[in-house]
Formats: sequence, structure tokens, C-alpha cells
Amino acid sequence: MPRPRAIGAFIAAWLSLSAPLVRADWRLNLPAPKSEMAARIYDIHTLILLVCLAIFVVVFGAMFYALFRHRKSAGHAARHFHENTSVEVIWTVIPFLILIGMAWPATKAVLDQKDTANPDLTVKVTGYQWKWEYDYLQDGVKFMSVLATPREQIENKAAKGKNYLLEVDEPLVVPVGKKVRILLTSNDVIHAWWVQELGVKQDAIPGFIRDTWFRADEIGTYRGQCAELCGKDHGFMPIVVEVKSEADYQAWLAGRKARLALAAADADKVFGVDELKARGEKIYAANCAACHQADGKGLPGVFPGLAGSRVATGPAAAHIDLVLRGKDGTAMAAYKDQLNDADLAAVLTYERTAWGNAADAVQPAHVKARRD
Amino acid sequence: MDAHATPAASVRHGPPTGPMRWLTTTNHKDIGTLYLWFAATMFLIGGLMAMLIRAELFQPGLQIVQPELFNQLTTLHGLIMIFGVIMPAFTGFANWQVPLMIGAPDMAFPRMNNWSFWLLPVAGGLLVGSMLLPGGGVAGGWTMYPPLFLQGGISYDLTIFAIHIMGASSIMGAINIATTILNMRAPGMTLMRMPLFVWTWLITAYLLIAVMPVLAGAVTMLLTDRNFGTHFFSAAGGGDPVMFQHIFWFFGHPEVYILILPAFGIISTVIPTFSRKPLFGYASMVYATASIAILSFMVWAHHMFTVGMPAAAQLFFMYATLLIAVPTGVKVFNWVATMWQGSISFETAMLFAIAFVCLFTIGGFSGLVLAMAPVDIQLHDTYYVVAHFHYVLVTGALFSIFAGIYYWLPKWTGHRVDETWGRWHFWLSAISVNLLFFPMHFLGLAGMPRRIPDYALQFADFNRIASIGGFVFGASQILLLIVILKCIRGGEKAPARAWEGAEGLEWTVASPAPYHTFVQPPEVK
Ligand code: HEC
Ligand code: HEM
Ligand SMILES: [Cu+2]
Ligand SMILES: [Cu+2]
Repeated sequence: MPRPRAIGAFIAAWLSLSAPLVRADWRLNLPAPKSEMAARIYDIHTLILLVCLAIFVVVFGAMFYALFRHRKSAGHAARHFHENTSVEVIWTVIPFLILIGMAWPATKAVLDQKDTANPDLTVKVTGYQWKWEYDYLQDGVKFMSVLATPREQIENKAAKGKNYLLEVDEPLVVPVGKKVRILLTSNDVIHAWWVQELGVKQDAIPGFIRDTWFRADEIGTYRGQCAELCGKDHGFMPIVVEVKSEADYQAWLAGRKARLALAAADADKVFGVDELKARGEKIYAANCAACHQADGKGLPGVFPGLAGSRVATGPAAAHIDLVLRGKDGTAMAAYKDQLNDADLAAVLTYERTAWGNAADAVQPAHVKARRD
Repeated sequence: MDAHATPAASVRHGPPTGPMRWLTTTNHKDIGTLYLWFAATMFLIGGLMAMLIRAELFQPGLQIVQPELFNQLTTLHGLIMIFGVIMPAFTGFANWQVPLMIGAPDMAFPRMNNWSFWLLPVAGGLLVGSMLLPGGGVAGGWTMYPPLFLQGGISYDLTIFAIHIMGASSIMGAINIATTILNMRAPGMTLMRMPLFVWTWLITAYLLIAVMPVLAGAVTMLLTDRNFGTHFFSAAGGGDPVMFQHIFWFFGHPEVYILILPAFGIISTVIPTFSRKPLFGYASMVYATASIAILSFMVWAHHMFTVGMPAAAQLFFMYATLLIAVPTGVKVFNWVATMWQGSISFETAMLFAIAFVCLFTIGGFSGLVLAMAPVDIQLHDTYYVVAHFHYVLVTGALFSIFAGIYYWLPKWTGHRVDETWGRWHFWLSAISVNLLFFPMHFLGLAGMPRRIPDYALQFADFNRIASIGGFVFGASQILLLIVILKCIRGGEKAPARAWEGAEGLEWTVASPAPYHTFVQPPEVK
């Protein structure tokens, strides 16, 4: 009789599967707000919730009273009234007045949410399938922000970390207490940039620029996610905002600028093939593997494989052009503004030499020559 | 009231036998039955998809479906449940009940009626079958927003085609129902004497005729953008992706009322019967339904508070949405007042109706929360919205369908419903559905986006509860199937008036209703 033991084993397996997950939050409400706008939204929500709760108790108190006292089985006989104009007028007018009371604070909040004037800092945010780009317009600093959770955790081959799916390689960094204006657009499909604790959400619409703003009250790290279905990896493009003190922010900015100068120098260098391949593998994993897959086999019928692909093993010029300019009307985006010459050369070389492909390497100068 | 069901007529025009009966039928009762079984079949398919979704979301990490398939499942689940289950089920009710309730011998256009039905399996087949094509089924969400919808493969074109077919079917059905109601009422049945179910369907029919062409236009623009080089929705060619959302929701919000007004009608029939008391505020119910329908054309952009509209537009749509809560509230108050001082009994139909009033109101309240534009900024596209629309659609529309089935089965089959099995179905459904959807409010508030196959660890607990609730809810529906089959095959004979408190013409004809009824119009006094 293996039956009870099988069931026991099943339950044990179930419990052990759940055990590492018991980071029980059981959070029932919006998170504690970390900006003035988030706090106002929190309060409006609480207000409406209480009003609804009160109405619910009154109305359904009456209903359950009737269900209990006016039962047939309790011998209650029906009274055949079916109209009462004054009652009907009252229960039309009272909800109307309650609604006006609720609309008032909401109206003020809408007006303030829309007021993006006089920011201290403006960051342009661009959504890509499936990552975010942050462009500090005043400082010329620009970088991509990609999910940092390792694939093994997602595929249940490794224990999941504390910030599973909510961690990125390069967070957006902003100073505390400053009004940050976010200009949003997208490179492909609609995404939405959302950080709940800061009280911002705004769709990123390709071909248009929309704006929103926030002012973080406290130093800390705030996490959010893309909130508009944007294809396969919609669930895997988180947002992380690091709020720093003014001094720390300036130090971070200086470090960023220094890295930019280094990258610019790369564009004129000639690299060894192994160096390019090693660098390219990382760039491929962050930018291309979501579609073409880490093994280069793609997803049949949706994303072509690159192992043995005619483009990836053919003449370098056509390959460079395709990745620089993308392919209109497909999910293959143009990478000319996303990656610099050295990074492009690296990823192209990787594609041309990995998975049994055996084409020639590409140097930054080749890429540069084929831009415009 | 007096009915002249002529038995002689039903002998002369008995149904043909075999499959041809169903293929060629022009009889409103046969077609009603077809619609209802079609809805049941699609409910099974859409439901199995939902089970897969909940199984994947049972715990964090990717286990049984990959993201591509997950998106196909959510998209098809949404399309199937809306266009394949709720709408056909209500049309099935209309086919069966409208002629019976207004004393008409059949629908106004019986042949078109056959055609409206048989289009549906074609569309359903296209939708579901497209999953087998290379590249998989449609995965852009039931809302079909471009540019994402422009990226997909051939199944996206088939989906557009399927929507066109379903739209044609709905429009034909709606014209048929509206014409029947306006032209074929028995002498003496003035508009303001019509049963409320007939009223709600009359208004629904007008909504359908008004907005299905809008949806057809929107998806046609998608089709030409995808295949013929137009740029309606692409900025590169001078178009605007957000324009699609405006057009879609101009259809979409009235659509949600298409999905709930007939439910209001069913509930307004069931509650008076089991309260043994006339409906409270009949006239205000009619006016409330009409004002909901009119207002529903002015609130569409409350689905778009995050696209970045100007403040004035946000405020307009916020106020208009809040306004809809007033007539909706009136309806709930009227139902409670109908029960008040009644002589209430708790047959399964009534249990579902009571649950409807209570749980639909929860959906209405979360709708109010979402209507506040600043709060919606936090909750849009999260599980809170998923909770909201499942409370209005599952414990709303679907529960009303359950109530209607339990209520009219005796009339359809001639047998009483097995109330014991019915109660089990009710209690299991009512408890599990709350286990399934209530925690989703918390998930949304805590920040879980919708349409994701995997989630951060802090969402694990409530997701597990929701999944368990989902499995129980899914399994409970087997009981419904058993109840229906038992009722068809036998059971205690039902009299013409199957319920003590039932009013209306349909209860003056025999149970089961003869194949032809009201060949001579009854006189309504
Ligand atoms: C969003 C999904 C996506 C991402 C990310 C992506 N691609 Fe593509 N890629 C595609 C699609 C789809 C095609 C096929 C286009 C077509 O229909 O011709 C393609 C085609 C290609 C081809 C041509 C393959 C052939 O045999 O025709 C190459 C080379 C390529 N991509 C390289 C890259 C590189 C390099 C990256 C990363 C920097 C990348 N892709 C990122 C979707 C993607
Ligand atoms: C008091 C009445 C109601 C109000 C105030 C209301 C309000 C809203 C709002 C503001 C949204 C948008 C939420 C968002 O996406 O951020 C929404 C979504 C939705 N509502 Fe309602 N609603 C009400 C009743 C209904 C009814 C009766 C139905 C259907 C039977 C319904 C079905 C839906 C659906 C399906 C969505 C989600 C659409 C999607 O994004 O896929 N609602 N509602
Ligand atoms: Cu997304
Ligand atoms: Cu709406």
C-alpha cells in the first residue's frame, strides 16, 4: 500500500518547496509612501476605502437582517410594497454628495501630479524590450538598466535571492529631496515606468514623449516593475531607483563620467579576438539572449537562431548593418543608439564565433565606418 | 394573463431529428440551447487555461509554462471568457427567454438567428486553433494594444478575423433581439410592463449595435497596419499608438456594460421570485439601466489614466466615472429593498443572486477606488484591477448566469433542479471564488503587476492562496455540469409555474416549454 506514503511524500515535497519562500509579508495595503505624492495617494485610498466600508456595512447589514428576519421558513409573510419615491430620491442624492466629497482631494492631487514645471533634475527614460535606458540630459550620462537576477534562479536551479526579479545591474540614481522630472518614451512597444513607493507611474509611448515627476523624501533603494504588457519578458524588466544624498549623488555622477571617457577611448582601439569574445558574451547575455537565447538557437517561429545563421556567418558589413539599424516591423531593434562601437564590435564578434559559427571578428573601427 | 400554447401546432412542427436539427434550426429555443452549450464548452477551454495560469503562478520561478505561452494563455483566456462565454451565454438566455417573456412565437428573424449562432463556433475555432500555428497563438493581451500587437505572427491576423466574425454574430443577434422586443410583444405588454430582463437586453442590444462596429474598425486598422503598410498606430508614419486605446475603450467600456446589464436583468427576475414580492422600484431600475448605458459612452479613458492625458481630460473622465456609481448604487438599493419585508426562501438560484448582489458590489467599490485618477496611477495594470474585473465578471456576470440556469432549468427541461447538488455547487463556488480573487486586491496594492508569469518573493503567499482557490473553483464547476445533465435526463416533474413566487408569461406555458409557444399571442392585462 504505497498510497498514504505517496501522499505524505507529496505533502512533504510541497512544504519543502514552500519553505524557502516564507518571507511572509502578508502586506495588505499600499507600501509606506516615500514621497509626498505617494503619501497623498495613500490617504485618498484610505479615505475611499473607509467610505466604501461604511456603505457596505449599512447596506449589507440591512440585507442580511432581511435574509434572517424576513425568511419564509421563519414564517414571515411578504408585504407587497414596490415603490417609495422619497426613499428613492434620498438614495440617489446621498451617494452623489459622497462622491463629490471624494472627488475633491483627488482633483487637487491630479493637478499636482501633472505639474512637472521647475525640476531640479531631468532624466530621459526610454523603454526597450526588455530593459530601461536612463539618460541624464544635463550631464551627458547615459546607460542601460537590465534585470540582474541570474537565469538559474528563474529556472529554479538556484535559491532565489532577496530581491528576486526586482534587481538591476545599473539603477537610476537621484539626489534626495530634489524634484526629478522623468521624460518617458519607448523604442519599440508601450512600457510603463512605475515606482510605487515614490507614487509615479507613466506609460512610455514609442514616438512620443510623456513626462511625470517625483521627489523622494528619504535616502534608500526603491523598486518597481514595468506595468504595461510589452511582450515575452514583460515580467522581467524591473526598475530600481537609488536615492542618495546630494554629495553621494555628485560622487556617483563623477564616477560615471570617468567611465564614459574610458569607453570613448575604446572606440579607437584594436582588440584581440578573445578579448572581444569575452566582452561580447556579456553584452549578448544582457541584450540579445532574451530573444535569440543563450545557446543561439532562438525560438522557432518567433526569433531566428543565430547559430549557423546566414547573416551571422556571412559578410561582416551586412551583419553590422542589421544590428545597427534593426529590422522594421519586427522585434529586432536598432542598436546604434543603444550600444557604443566597442560594445557592438564585441557582440558581433561573439555572434560570429560562438556556437560553432566561424566568421571573422569585427573591430570598433568597422562599426564606426558603417554608422550613417 | 392568459396563454394559448397550442399543442396542435407543436405536433405539426416537431423538430427534425439528428444533427441536422441543430444545424438548420430556426427555433429560438433550439438556438438558445446551442448558445448555452457553446458557452459551456468555451468555459471549459477558457477555464482550463486559467488553471494553467494559476498553476504557473502557484509559486515564484518558471515551472510549467514559459513566458511566451503564458502570455498566450492570458490573452486567449480573456478573449474566450468575454466573447466566447459571457456574451454567448446571455444571448442564449435572450433566445430562450425573450420570446417566452413577451409572448412572441419566435424571434423576429429566425434564419438570421441560426446564422448568428453558427458563426460563433467558426470564430472560436479560429481563436483556439491559432495556438497550434508556428509562433503560437495571440499573446498581446485581450486589449490588443499596438505596437505590441503589430509584432506578432499569423495567429494575430486570425484573431482579428475571429473578432470580425464574432462582431458580425453579435450585431446580428442584437438586431434580432431589439426587433423582437420592439415589434413582437403580446397585446397589452407596453414597454413599461416588460419584465426587467427584457428591458436590460433591449438596452444591451443597442449598446452592441453601437460599439461592435467600433471594435471592428479598430481591429481593421490593426490589420492594415500589420499587412498593408498603413500607419494608424505608428508614430513613424504619423500615427499614434494611443489612438488605438481611445478607440478600443470607446468600445470597451460599453462592452463591460454589455457584460453586466443582462445580469442585472436576471437578478431582478430571481430576487422577486424568491422574496415573493414584486421588484422594488421597477421604473427607477429601467431609468438606472438607461443612464448607465448612456454614461458608459463617456468614461472610456478611465482605462487610460497612465497614458499621460492632460489634467482636464483626466478630471473629466474621473468625474464621469464616479457618476456611473450613482445609478449602479440605485440598483443595489432596489434589490435589497425587494428582499426587505419579503418572504424569502433560499433555493440555489436565489443563493447565487444574493451572492451576486454582495460580491458585485465589492467589484463596484473597487471600481470606485480605481476611478480616482491619482489612486489609479498606483493600481493600474496591477492585480488590483484583476481583482476588480473578476469580481464584476465572475461573481457578477457569471454568477448571474448560474442563477439564471438554476432558475429556468425547470422550464427548459421540465424537471426540477436537484437542490442538494446545487447547494454544494453554490457553497463551494462562493467560498473558493473569494479565496481566488480577494487576495488579488492585496497583491495589487502591494505592487504586483498583472500579466506576469513570475513574481517577486513577497507576493508568494497570496498567490498560493489564490491558486488553491482557483483549483477548487474550477473543480466545483463539474458539479454544475452534473446538475444540468441530471436535470435534462430526469428528476421530479416541474409544473408550469415551477417556483411558487414566479411571475411572467414564461410560467404560463408547460414545462418543458413546448417546441412552439404563443402561436396565438396571449393577452396581457
Ligand atoms: C526583442 C527581441 C530581439 C532582441 C532583444 C534581439 N533580436 Fe535580433 N532578431 C530578432 C528578430 C525577431 C529577428 C528576425 C527579423 C526578421 O524577421 O528578419 C532578429 C534577427 C537578427 C539577426 C539576423 C538573423 C538571421 O539569420 O536573419 C541578427 C544577426 C540579430 N538579430 C542580432 C541580434 C543582436 C546582436 C542582438 C543584441 C544586441 C539582438 N539581435 C537582439 C529579435 C531580437
Ligand atoms: C461602479 C462601477 C464601476 C466602476 C466605477 C469601474 C471602474 C473601472 C476603472 C476605473 C477601471 C480601470 C482600471 C485600470 O485599468 O487601471 C476598470 C477596469 C475594468 N472594469 Fe470596471 N468599473 C465598474 C464596473 C464594472 C463592470 C460592471 C464591469 C463588467 C461587468 C467592469 C469591468 C471592467 C474590466 C473588464 C476592466 C479591466 C479592463 C482591462 O484592463 O483589461 N467594471 N473599471
Ligand atoms: Cu512591460
Ligand atoms: Cu471602464
